[in-house]
Amino acid sequence: MSEVRVAGVGLTPFGNTPERTGRDLFAEASAAAFDDGDVPRTDVEGVFYGNFMGELAEHQGHQGPLMAEAAGVHAPATRYEAACASSGAAVREAVKRIRTGENDVLLVGGAERMTNLGTAGATEALAIAADDLWEVRSGMTFPGAYALMAQAYFREFGGEHEDLAHIAVKNHENALPNEKAQYQRAITVADVLEAPTVSSPLGLYDSCPISDGASALVLVSEGYARDRDLDAPVAITGTGQGGDRMALQDREHLARSPAARIAGEEAYADAGRSPGDVDVAEVHDCFTIAEVLAIEALDLAPVGEGITAARDGRTTADGDRPVNLSGGLKAKGHPVGATGASQIAELTQLLRGDHVNSESVPDATIGVAHNAGGTVASALVHVLEVVE
Amino acid sequence: MSERSNGNGNGNESENDHGVADAGFDDWLDALKDGRAYSLECPDGHGSLPPRRVCPTCGATSLEERPLPETGDLETITITHVPTPSFEDDAPFALGIADFGSVRLTGQVVGVDLEDVEPGLTVRPDVGVSETTGERLLVFHPQ
Repeated sequence: MSEVRVAGVGLTPFGNTPERTGRDLFAEASAAAFDDGDVPRTDVEGVFYGNFMGELAEHQGHQGPLMAEAAGVHAPATRYEAACASSGAAVREAVKRIRTGENDVLLVGGAERMTNLGTAGATEALAIAADDLWEVRSGMTFPGAYALMAQAYFREFGGEHEDLAHIAVKNHENALPNEKAQYQRAITVADVLEAPTVSSPLGLYDSCPISDGASALVLVSEGYARDRDLDAPVAITGTGQGGDRMALQDREHLARSPAARIAGEEAYADAGRSPGDVDVAEVHDCFTIAEVLAIEALDLAPVGEGITAARDGRTTADGDRPVNLSGGLKAKGHPVGATGASQIAELTQLLRGDHVNSESVPDATIGVAHNAGGTVASALVHVLEVVE
Repeated sequence: MSERSNGNGNGNESENDHGVADAGFDDWLDALKDGRAYSLECPDGHGSLPPRRVCPTCGATSLEERPLPETGDLETITITHVPTPSFEDDAPFALGIADFGSVRLTGQVVGVDLEDVEPGLTVRPDVGVSETTGERLLVFHPQ
């Protein structure tokens, strides 16, 4: 089985650029990834691309070939859709393809154009990741769904909005020096608690922004990296995917995300690692409560104790195991189809030592990325390691 | 209790924006309105909701309609202030997930002050109407 190396990573700035098309965003991210990896486009054998709401935002389906073209690549291309875990799913399929030896060089990533829809339009578009009949028609939104999970968590394990506020404060702090981040702005616990309520208990500052952006990775086989003498020290050593019932109401527990636990266990076993080995994590904090559920599912915090991890300083930049040093979805932004691959890009840089926040984890060699779709009916987890 | 080969009934009075009903789902809302709400149950007792041909828990293909309990208890709630455009004039509204034994339902809690909506409240499911679109929706009346 061939080891999969991350040869190059590229991101657009995440933010509010409503006029930019998805193809333009992905062209920028992929160009950055090719530059970073020093891999010629002509070597690419396939494009694995994640996107969620292209039909709604751009009236554009069949985006695989469109994005290959935008990237200047002549290779078969397929779009993967798993709601906000779309590019996480694309990464997993590409990893498996390289491991089989079938391909040596793949372009992987995702893009999403969202802000052109406006807040109401984007809220409606995101809601299609929920069960239309049994959730959306009752008025469920995504902030609403995560708010229901937050209330269920408080009821089962305790905790309060102020605990969640510390997660938002931490992730904004981490995003301050990240030039790709949508919000390079510090906030306080009081800011979070006093912000307008979106869906109680979650307020504006508990929620990730609506974002435009793209991410790209050039993944190569170990053999290709060696033959080309590439500087590609980071490998994707573990991949896992979990699934669950679509509607939150049909889950056994309303305050847990078992799909992410399944994905995490599979990814750790695949890499031959355990949660205790993890030095740094990028997790899917679309809402503050989501970071709590993520670190508990990944066994980075005991169930029922993740709520205080940020407040107690365990997951802050100077904590034992920093979470979301990029700023997370909360502050870096969440162009949903781009997010999964963007987490791998940020984690690769954190481990290589060339991320603006690498100094917080100077000795880190193992990282984990957690990407979730819907109310975690889809979960993708990847383990990254410095291998040379 | 009637034997069913699948969860797909015949569409009738209820239609979506395109003038076509969602068979199974709209039939279930009709049944709820008529006081005949049900869940589907497989031989092992796993509950589910229509339209359904197979038990989502175990794959059993023999599903029977069972009367839904008249009331359920709210397990979790939220007050939504930022809705989708389809509920623009309904917001703020209380959304809750209530436990009815073998199934849970998600609906808007109506006829009560928002500050009085809390987990543990006993509710009765009913068919309401969106103030924004006039479309039918699942609502809960506190008991």
